[in-house]
Amino acid sequence: MTEGAHDMGGVRGYGKVVPEPNEPMFHAEWERRAFALTLAMAKPGEWNIDMSRAARENRPPEDYLAKSYYEIWLAGLEQLMAERGLVGRDELEAGRVLRPPPPFKDRLSPEDVAQVLYRGAPTGRAPNAPARFKAGDRVRARNIAPATHTRLPRYVRGHAGVVELVHGCHVFPDSNALGAGENPQWLYTVCFDGTELWGPGADPTLKVSVDAWDAYLEPA
Amino acid sequence: MAHEHDHDEEHSELSETQLRVRALETILTEKGYVDPAALDLLIETYETKVGPRNGARVVAKAWSDPAYRAWLLEDANAAIASVGYAGRQGEHMVVLKNTPKRHNMVVCTLCSCYPWPVLGLPPVWYKSAPYRSRVVLEPRGVLRDFGVELPAETEIRVWDSTSEVRYLVLPLRPEGSAGLSEDALAELVTRNSMIGTGLAKRPGEPA
Repeated sequence: MTEGAHDMGGVRGYGKVVPEPNEPMFHAEWERRAFALTLAMAKPGEWNIDMSRAARENRPPEDYLAKSYYEIWLAGLEQLMAERGLVGRDELEAGRVLRPPPPFKDRLSPEDVAQVLYRGAPTGRAPNAPARFKAGDRVRARNIAPATHTRLPRYVRGHAGVVELVHGCHVFPDSNALGAGENPQWLYTVCFDGTELWGPGADPTLKVSVDAWDAYLEPA
Repeated sequence: MAHEHDHDEEHSELSETQLRVRALETILTEKGYVDPAALDLLIETYETKVGPRNGARVVAKAWSDPAYRAWLLEDANAAIASVGYAGRQGEHMVVLKNTPKRHNMVVCTLCSCYPWPVLGLPPVWYKSAPYRSRVVLEPRGVLRDFGVELPAETEIRVWDSTSEVRYLVLPLRPEGSAGLSEDALAELVTRNSMIGTGLAKRPGEPA
């Protein structure tokens, strides 16, 4: 969702960054299992990464901010499963199976784990049109506020920057998250001066970039 | 987001989550959606095999071998795959070279995007609200939280990972490291130096 609490760039008041010395990979056994369940369920669940992100982020700010990282993953997973009828909310509350599962295609087998991780899920697609912009072009991030999933952060909307990298065509999250197709588009790294984003008081040595799909941009 | 550290007053809540996840795994196993052996393997992979030592090896190789460095900066996917690392959350890699004039930092302000094949899973601070909110606004303040102070004229270049492109910082090779082997160099490459919240260690410097 567009105006969610997850869109944090430039928000003040969250305090200092607190690195944890010798941090373990997981802080509780349930985090290990929630992590693995989330990765493994994408196969029978047949959702994509943009749907996963949308499910995690599309919640009231007070809920998002109160949850730890893997609590958000867990909530997202529960939502994706409930939406598809894989596991009902009543089953989650009961803590046991109440209905047989609907048919599903496949599950992740131990033999496939290494290969599935090594292959990943590339989002690059063959271009269907020439790129609209090239490196060095001045562009503006459109001032949009879609009610559904987007990857254009609030803090760059309406601001002008320069195209630095052209990455080829990539799956467009805004439509992929809705199950409305991959709609691949040219993807660019667009670089903004700190003063353009934050005004004359900004650190004069700061430049910030985002990766922006064609639909997020207009010539400037 | 809330911190994930244990606090006494949260113990009952934590055990509630523990029970909830255990029940969920039982449900999913009974329904046939997951094989617990595959879950164990996923956890083992990211706890023991995939981590920042991978990225350190890539950096050390780039410091040692100018041809590899040029390849890494030109085609990071191929250069990193040649050392054996590829895949999930690193499908589209770009390597950012630090110079004496320019310091790169990587963030995902929207969630927690991070180059898993070379750095493993992200630390809590990387996923936390303070880092995600502040590094695009006050990167030098964030660097001070890590005990790092850069010259006032150094350009700070922050990369917000909003797409499936994943960024790895190629830190400056530290002074006093001439003649070291690749293995010895890799020991100087900290995880934070590859995110941009730290610098590579000098030989003999503690972690």
